[in-house]
Amino acid sequence: MSTDTPASAPSESTAERYLAVQRSDEFAGLRRALRGFVFPMTVAFFLWYALYVILSAYARGFMGTKLVGNINVALVFGLLQFVSTFVIAWLYSRFANRRIDPVADRIRAEMGEVNHEHGPRG
Amino acid sequence: MNTVLAAEAGSTTARNLTITLFLIFVAITLAITIWASRQTKTATDFYAGGRSFSGFQNGMAIGGDYMSAASFLGIAGIIALYGYDGFLYSIGFLVAWLVALLLVAELLRNSGRYTMADVLAFRMRQRPVRTAAAVSTITVSIFYLLAQMVGAGALVALLLGIKPGTTFLGMDADTAKVATIVLVGALMIIYVTVGGMKGTTYVQIVKAFLLMTGALVMTLLVLAKYKFNLSSLLGDAADASGKGAAFLEPGLRYGVETPGDALKTFYSKMDLLSLGIALVLGTAGLPHILIRFYTVPTARAARKSVLWAIGIIGAFYLLTLALGFGAAAIVGGQAITAQDKAGNTAAPQLAEALGADFFGGNLGGATLLAIIAAVAFATILAVVAGLTLASSSSLAHDFYANVVKNGQTSERQEVNVARISALVIGAVSIVLSIFAQNLNVAFLVALAFAVAASGNLPAILYSLFWKRFNTSGAVWSIYGGLLAAVLLVFFSPVVSGAPTAMFPDQDWHWFPLSNPGILSIPFGFLCGWLGTVLSKERDDDKYAELEVRSLTGAGAH
Repeated sequence: MSTDTPASAPSESTAERYLAVQRSDEFAGLRRALRGFVFPMTVAFFLWYALYVILSAYARGFMGTKLVGNINVALVFGLLQFVSTFVIAWLYSRFANRRIDPVADRIRAEMGEVNHEHGPRG
Repeated sequence: MNTVLAAEAGSTTARNLTITLFLIFVAITLAITIWASRQTKTATDFYAGGRSFSGFQNGMAIGGDYMSAASFLGIAGIIALYGYDGFLYSIGFLVAWLVALLLVAELLRNSGRYTMADVLAFRMRQRPVRTAAAVSTITVSIFYLLAQMVGAGALVALLLGIKPGTTFLGMDADTAKVATIVLVGALMIIYVTVGGMKGTTYVQIVKAFLLMTGALVMTLLVLAKYKFNLSSLLGDAADASGKGAAFLEPGLRYGVETPGDALKTFYSKMDLLSLGIALVLGTAGLPHILIRFYTVPTARAARKSVLWAIGIIGAFYLLTLALGFGAAAIVGGQAITAQDKAGNTAAPQLAEALGADFFGGNLGGATLLAIIAAVAFATILAVVAGLTLASSSSLAHDFYANVVKNGQTSERQEVNVARISALVIGAVSIVLSIFAQNLNVAFLVALAFAVAASGNLPAILYSLFWKRFNTSGAVWSIYGGLLAAVLLVFFSPVVSGAPTAMFPDQDWHWFPLSNPGILSIPFGFLCGWLGTVLSKERDDDKYAELEVRSLTGAGAH
C-alpha cells in the first residue's frame, strides 16, 4: 500500500515549520480566540433554534397566542430566528475582522508568506 | 376571483411569453458560457472559476445555487396550503448558514483546493477517503438533481398550461414532460462542460438576480393589496384557508396531532424535530455549496460571500412568507390544489392573479404569470448546473486523478475527465429522471440534506477540529452516515406504505419517520469517533500543517 500515503509527503523542514508555528503562543492565542467565539456561539444558536422547533412541536397553545391583530407568538418567534441569524453573522464578521484577521496575517508574514489578501491567486 | 391558471384567452399569450422569456434567458446564459469558456484555461479556472470572484458575486452565486425551485415554488406552496408550517422549512434553511459561516467556510477555503475531499483527505490515506467522499458527493448530488429535474418535468405542463387532451407544438402533457427533462439536462451539461465553474457561477448570479427581483415585485404587489397591513393579510389567509387561526400556527403539516393515537402523534412530532435537525446541519455538508467557497481568493472573501448569502437568502425566505400567505389569501387553497396537489403552482397562480388585478385583465395576468414561470425555469437550470459541476469535479479530481491515477495526471487530462464526467452524470440523470418522472420524489431534497448532515458534516468537522481523527474515522463516518440515512428512508413511509409514497401500492416500511436525521446524524458522528479510536493511525505533523493552514491561510491555493 505504498500508494496510500498522503498526497504531498512534507519534507522534514516543512513539517517542523508547521509544528513550530502550531506550538507558538501566538498561534495558540489565535486558536483559543477563534474556538472561544465559534464553539459557544454554535451551541447558542443551535439551542435557540432547537427551542423554536421544540416549541413548534410541543407548545402549540403558547405559539398560537395572539400578540397584535393576527400576529402570534409563532410568527414573531420565527422572525426572531431571522434576526438572531443576521445578528450572529454580523457579530462574527466584526469579531473575525478585529481579532482573527490581523493575527492570521501576522503569522503568515512571519512564515515568509506573501500577503495575498488583496489579490487573486491560483 | 377567477384564478384558474391561464384562463383561455390569456393562455396562448402567457405560453408564448413564457417561452420567449425563457429562450432569452437561455440565449444570455449560453453567451456567458461561451465567453467563460474562453477564460477557462487551467484546472483552477474550471473547478474554481480561477478563484477570481468577489465576496458579493460569490454570495449571489451561493444564493443562486441554494434557492432551488423546491424553495421558491415548494415553500410558497406549503405555506399557501398548510400555512405556518412552510415557514419552519425557511428558518431551518437559513439558520443552517451559521454552521457554514462559523465552522466551515473559511477553514475549508484555506486548506482545500477544488473539492470537499481535499480537506477530508488532507492528512489521511488518499484513496479510501477520496473514494468515500466521491461516493457521497455523487449520491447527494444525484438525489438533489433527480428532485429538481423531475420537478421541472412536472411543472412544465402546469406552467405552460398544457391541459389533458390538448397539445403544445404537437406535444401532449406527457411528451412535454420528457422533452423538458431532456432540455434541462442538455442545457446543464452545456453550461458545465463548456463554461466550467466560471460559466456556472454567472448563470447562478443572473438567476439569483431574476429570482430576487421577481419575488420582490410580487411581494410588493401582495402587500400593496393589503395596504402594507401584515395582520390583515394573515387574517384573510386564515379565513380563506377554512382552518382559521390554526393556519397561522404550527401543526397542520408537521408534528400533526392525531387525537386518540398517541404513538402516531409522537412519531409525527419526532419527524418534525428530525427534519429540523437535518435542515440546519445539512447545508454545511452539501458538496455543491462547499465548492463555491473555492471560487474566491481568500478566507476573508469566503466569509464575505457567506455574509452576503445569508442576507440574500434570508431576504428571499421573508419574501416567500408573504408570497405563501398571499397565495392563500388571494388565490385560495382550493384553486391551488385543483392545479397541483402539492401546491407547487401557488406562486405562479398568485402571479397571474396579481397581474390581472394590478395591470388589467387577462393580459396583465398572463404577463406576470409568464415572467414568474420563466424565472422558475431559470431557477431550476442554475441549481442543476451547480450540482452537475460538484459531482463531475469530485469524479474527476477525487476519483480519477487521486484514486485511479494516484495523483499522476496532468491538469489538462483531469479537466477533460471532468468534462466527460459532467456529460455522463448529466446523461444518467436524464435517464433516471425519465424513469422516475411519475414517482413522487420530492423527498429526495430532504434526503440529500440528511445524507450531507449525517455523512459529510461529521467528517468535515472532525477533520478540521480533532487532532486524533484519521482515515478510518473519515471513511466510517461518511459511509456510516450515508448508509444510515439512505436505508432508514428506504424503509420509511416516503418510499412505501403510504398513499403519498414513491411506491404507494407496496409496503415494506418499518421505520416510522419520513426524516432519518434524528438517528442518522448522531450515528454518523458516532461512526466517525468509533472508526478513529479503533485505528492506531495518527499523524500529528500533518494535523499541525492542516491546522496552521486552515486558521492562517498559509500555503493556501
